Amino acid sequence: MSTATAGPARRRRARSREERGIGSSILLHGTLIVASLIALFPIVWLVLTSLKPRDGWLSSELKFFDNSSLDNYTRVLTETQFPNWLLNSVIIAGLTTVIGVFLASTTGYAISRFRFPGYRGVMWMLLITQMFPVAILIVPLYNLMAGLGLLNQIPGLVIAYMTVAVPFCAWMMKGYFDSIPREIDQAGMIDGLTPFGTFWRVILPLARPSIAVTAFYSFMTAWGEVAYASVFMTGEETRTLAAGLQQFVGQHWSDWGLLTASAVLIALPAAVVFLLVQRHLVAGLTAGATKS
Amino acid sequence: MATSTGRVTGTARDRAAGADGARGRGRPKKAGPVRRSMSQHWYAWAMVAPVVVVTAALIGWPLVRGVYLSLTDATEATMGRTIGVNVIPSTYGFTGLDNYVDILTSGLFWDKLIWTVIWTVACVGLHYGLGLGLALLLNRKMRFRSVYRLMLILPWAIPSFVAAFIWRYLYNSDYGVINAMLKAAGLGAVGWLDDPTTAKLAVIAVNVWVGVPFMMVAMLGGLQSIPGELYEAAEVDGATPWQRFRHITVPGLRIVSSTVVLLGTIWTFNMFPLIFLITGGGPGSSTEILVTYAYREAFTGIRNYSGSAAWGVIILLLLVVMALVYRRALRKQGEVW
Repeated sequence: MSTATAGPARRRRARSREERGIGSSILLHGTLIVASLIALFPIVWLVLTSLKPRDGWLSSELKFFDNSSLDNYTRVLTETQFPNWLLNSVIIAGLTTVIGVFLASTTGYAISRFRFPGYRGVMWMLLITQMFPVAILIVPLYNLMAGLGLLNQIPGLVIAYMTVAVPFCAWMMKGYFDSIPREIDQAGMIDGLTPFGTFWRVILPLARPSIAVTAFYSFMTAWGEVAYASVFMTGEETRTLAAGLQQFVGQHWSDWGLLTASAVLIALPAAVVFLLVQRHLVAGLTAGATKS
Repeated sequence: MATSTGRVTGTARDRAAGADGARGRGRPKKAGPVRRSMSQHWYAWAMVAPVVVVTAALIGWPLVRGVYLSLTDATEATMGRTIGVNVIPSTYGFTGLDNYVDILTSGLFWDKLIWTVIWTVACVGLHYGLGLGLALLLNRKMRFRSVYRLMLILPWAIPSFVAAFIWRYLYNSDYGVINAMLKAAGLGAVGWLDDPTTAKLAVIAVNVWVGVPFMMVAMLGGLQSIPGELYEAAEVDGATPWQRFRHITVPGLRIVSSTVVLLGTIWTFNMFPLIFLITGGGPGSSTEILVTYAYREAFTGIRNYSGSAAWGVIILLLLVVMALVYRRALRKQGEVW
């Protein structure tokens, strides 16, 4: 896929080398610089605030640096439940990712390769379940979890996240499988592999970038989910990050120092991984989009 | 083989529910073809089965249950529950369409619907417009291209609940940096989240900030998949830049656009975390979209499970209708699915 698009793209870039006037160059860079500043500023401000001393956020003046210290970070890590929440979030998001990707890839492969009775039904199911508003499922799921004793339990939340992650991931995997030539499957079959064998030994290894993307996507979905987490995980110990952080800025008491420090701790690993996989992410998403 | 055949009949039955509309091709003849299609398709069904089963159990069942609840008067008070060893039976009853009538005749619903539509259209429109614009800029050869790209993508890397908290702090009327800047510029402070209008603008701005990178990246991918030869040919034929954009870029982006706009609309319509965490729906309930309102019904005060379920059903119907209309519009233009 990437080699196929890289060729024409490079050629076109060479073509559009036509001279650009100095005015339009300034305009182009100016626009992009302004856009980049808007994109970056909130994040930069977050980091700066988190580095201010304990009550540094309580200032109405515009100061970028103010006795920088790691005070907020030590407080978050030692005086709050943050480490607990972090552990919960990691476990929940990890489980969601592993199970979700496995389920999504088999389905994605089936709807990419086979035209079976029910094919369109499955396609529609995948599309429609993405539309399901939290509101309609949350009450029955809550009752279901309560009935099964899964409230405040990690498996309960993982199960709930499956409903969110799997349809979209299957959709994305399908897009990627579509871009792998069918001849490769046929070659596998001719060599005596069963359809499952072909999938497992030939196609899945080829789809590794897309699996990475899907995994990352479902990890982020579980990592950042708020509604289910706020309702299903109510115990101080069992909260996830998204539910727990709300404690820092409640109605009657708020400590933005704690909040900004923990936000940085949460966003930093996510952003690093994101920047590492973003190339694949782009390819995976557009493969999904152009071929759907 | 015996076990796998058993599995197939199971899955085939599971599938039947979702497939009514789609079976036309598979069933023209009688028993013989059924068996043949079984042996031909069993692996496809087996691969789809896990997801279908999971979906049926976790979405199908709650959905059915949700629809049922929406036809009753279940609240926290009437719902059966177990306290210690005491089992309190449910006392709610079937009330037919009362919940729906209540909702549809209340001004509240229409207020929320109008605001949700404005919210969705404004956000998706801005996402798409800005995303396409930035993608077109980034698709040129220039210096620092990858630096810009990286910086512009960054908001996407921030989990949305973190983004919500960041922005809530920026908007803070006493300590927020936006007001600090206004003051530095000699203007008065604005209570961004205290006034319905500014609060609405504020949440839209946040969602735009969060959502543009996705659109930009998708559009950039779409632009790069348009063969360069088309532009070369157009240039040889003397097409102006606008003509090239209009007749090559726009049609070339159609498939990507239609998918991302549909997805974007659904996501925005259901965008829970931003509004929930930034304004909590307030001031009053002015920034509450349908989804957050239904959530509030279900989980604050006396939990009104049935009312919330009815809201949920209505929201779902709205989305399904929208998707159908959208799909039909696409199909008219000769799209695939």
